[in-house]
Amino acid sequence: MSRIQESVIVRTIVRIMVPFIELFALYVIMHGSGGPGGGFQGGVIFGAAIILYAMIYGIAKGKERMPDTLDKILASTGLTIYAGTGLLCLFFGGKFLQYGMVPLLPDDPAEVSALLIDAVEIGIGITVSAVMISLFFDVSPPESEEEELPAELPISTYREA
Amino acid sequence: MAGFEIITNNLPVLTVVLPLMAGFLTPIVGLIDRRLPWYWVMLATFVILLTTSSNLVTVITTGTIHYHLGGWNPPFGIEYVIDLLNGFVCLIIAFIGFMVSIYSKESVKKEVPGKTTQFYTVFMLLITGLMGITITGDIFNFYVFLEISSLTAYSLISMGDRGDALVASFNYLIMGTVAASFILLGIGYLYAVTGTLNMADMHRLIPNIYESKVVLAALAFFMVGFSIKVGLFPLHAWLPDAYTHAPSTGSALIAGLMTKVGVYAMIRFMFSVFTPVFVIDMTRMTEILSWAAALAIIMGSVFAIAQSDIKRMLAYSSISQIGYILLGVGLANAIGMQGGLLHILNHALMKCALFLVAGAIFYRTGIRNLYQFQGLGRKMPVTTTVFLIAGLSMIGVPGTVGFTSKWYLALGSIDAGQWLFVVIILVSSLLNLAYFWRVFDNIWFGHPHEIEHLQRDEAPLSMLVPMVILAALCVFFGLFAYYPVHYVLEPLSEALLGIGAMP
Repeated sequence: MSRIQESVIVRTIVRIMVPFIELFALYVIMHGSGGPGGGFQGGVIFGAAIILYAMIYGIAKGKERMPDTLDKILASTGLTIYAGTGLLCLFFGGKFLQYGMVPLLPDDPAEVSALLIDAVEIGIGITVSAVMISLFFDVSPPESEEEELPAELPISTYREA
Repeated sequence: MAGFEIITNNLPVLTVVLPLMAGFLTPIVGLIDRRLPWYWVMLATFVILLTTSSNLVTVITTGTIHYHLGGWNPPFGIEYVIDLLNGFVCLIIAFIGFMVSIYSKESVKKEVPGKTTQFYTVFMLLITGLMGITITGDIFNFYVFLEISSLTAYSLISMGDRGDALVASFNYLIMGTVAASFILLGIGYLYAVTGTLNMADMHRLIPNIYESKVVLAALAFFMVGFSIKVGLFPLHAWLPDAYTHAPSTGSALIAGLMTKVGVYAMIRFMFSVFTPVFVIDMTRMTEILSWAAALAIIMGSVFAIAQSDIKRMLAYSSISQIGYILLGVGLANAIGMQGGLLHILNHALMKCALFLVAGAIFYRTGIRNLYQFQGLGRKMPVTTTVFLIAGLSMIGVPGTVGFTSKWYLALGSIDAGQWLFVVIILVSSLLNLAYFWRVFDNIWFGHPHEIEHLQRDEAPLSMLVPMVILAALCVFFGLFAYYPVHYVLEPLSEALLGIGAMP
C-alpha cells in the first residue's frame, strides 16, 4: 500500500479519467480501418484503463470489476470475432479475410471492407485488452484488504474530503 | 456441394486458422467442464491431421498449392504456399500433435494439476505457430509465426518441474530471443536489398545481387539464428534443460517438432529463399553445415552417454539426431538430401515415442533416473517394448526407420566423396548403442531382490495407444520407406537442389 493509493487527489482523478481513457481506446480501435490506430493499440489503452483502476483502488476491487472468468471469455470471444470475420468471407466465395466479397452493400465493396475491418479491429481490441488485464493480474501479488486505509497514517489532512 | 467446395478451396488457410481458433476457444471449453479440453484438443488436432493429409495428397497429385490471403496477389499480399517440402512437414506436425494430444490426458492431469486448460490452450497455439511457420510463403509472416511458436514453447516448458523448469524456460527464452533477433535482422537486410517479403519473389531477385555484402550478412544471420533454434552443437546449451524439465507431454511435442520445424526453416531459407548455387558453390554454406553437423552427431552422442536422467539423455540424443538431418542437407546431393529429409520424419516418430515412454514411466513410477529402471520390463511390458523398438530404431537396426535414413546418409556421403562422414555415422551408431544399451540392460536384465514380487502395472490405455502406433510406424516406415521416398522425397530433393523442375 503506497502513499499514492491513499491520496484522495489520485483516487478522484483516476475515477474521473477511467471512462475517458476507455472512450479514447474505443476511438483508437474504431479509427483503425482508416488511419493510424487499430485493435492492438486501442486494446492496450483499454486494458491500461482497467489496470490503472486496479492499481489505485486495489487488485481485489479491480478483480471485482473484471473477474477472471469474464477475462477468459473476452479473450476467446475477441479472437473468435476476428477469425469468424475471416471465415465469413469464405462463405461468399472469397479468400480468407477478402472482405470485399461479402455482399453486405452490393454496390460498394470498399465500404464493406472498411466495416469488416472495423469488426476485425474490435475483435483484436477485445482480445488484447483482456490479455493485458490478465497479464497484470497474473504478475500482481495476491492482496486482500487492499481498499482499507491504514489507520495509523497521517491522513487527517484530507479526512473531511 | 457448395459447402464442401468452400472447405476444399481454403484448406491451406484453414490448417492455420483452425488450431488458432481451437486454441483460443479452449478456455471457454474448459469453463464448461474441466475434462472437456482433452476431447476438444484431440478433435482439433484430428481435423488438422485430415486437412494436412488432404493438402499433401493434393500437392502430390496436382502440384504446388498457392493461396493468397485476402485475395491480395503476391508479392503485395501474404501468400501461403504448400509444396512437397512443407506439405510433408505439416503432415508430420499434425500427426505428432494428434498422437501427443491423445497421450496427454492422464499425464497432464498428474503433472500440471489445476492448469490443464491453460496447458491445452498453449498446446494448440504451439501447433498453430508451427503450422504457420511451415505453411507461409511470406518471410515476415514466417517471423510472426516463429515468435508464436517460441513464446508458446517457453510457457509450455515453464509448466514443468517446479523451479528448474522456470530456469530452463528462461534460458531458452534468452537464447530463443537472440536467435529470433538474428533472423529478424536477416529478414530486414533481405527486405532492404530486394524490396519484397515474398519468398518466391525473393528467390527470383537474389541472383542479381549475389555479390552484395548485405545478402552475405543476411545468410550468415539466418544460419546462426536457425542453428540456435535447432540446437546445432556449439549452440545447443538451452536444449537439454528445456527438454528435461518440461512436462512429459510438452517434451514429447517440443522434442518431436520444434527442432524439425527449425530444420525445415533452414532448408527453406537455404534453397528456396537463397538459391542452391549461392549456398552450395558460392558461399559453401552447405559444406560448413555438414562439418558442424558431423561434430554435433559425435558430441551429442558422447554427452548422452554421460547422462543418468532419461529425458536428459534423450535430449542430448536429439542434438546428435539433428546433426544427421543437417548432415544430409549439407551433403547437397540428391541421396544425402533424401536421407536428411527422411530423417525429419523418422526422428519425429522415434524421439516422440521415446519421450512418451519416458513420460509414461515417470507417470507410473515417478522415476527418471535410468539406473533405477530395474524390473520395469516385467512391470510395464508394453511401454518398455515400445522403448526397445524406438531405441533400436535410434541405433539403426535394419528393419527400423533409423536404418533407412542412416543408409541414405551413408550412400550420400560416399556419393559426395566424404568417407569420413561414413565413419562418423558408424561411430555414432556405436555410441547410440552404448547409451541405449544401458537403458535396455537396466529394464530387462537388472536384478533387484524384489523383482519377483513386481506386479504388472501398465500405463493407462490413452498413453499406450499413441506409443504403440508410433512404434508400429517406426517399423512400418523401416520396411516400406519406398512410400515417402518415392512420392515425396525424390522429386523434392531434386527440386530443392535445382536438378529437376520445381514441383
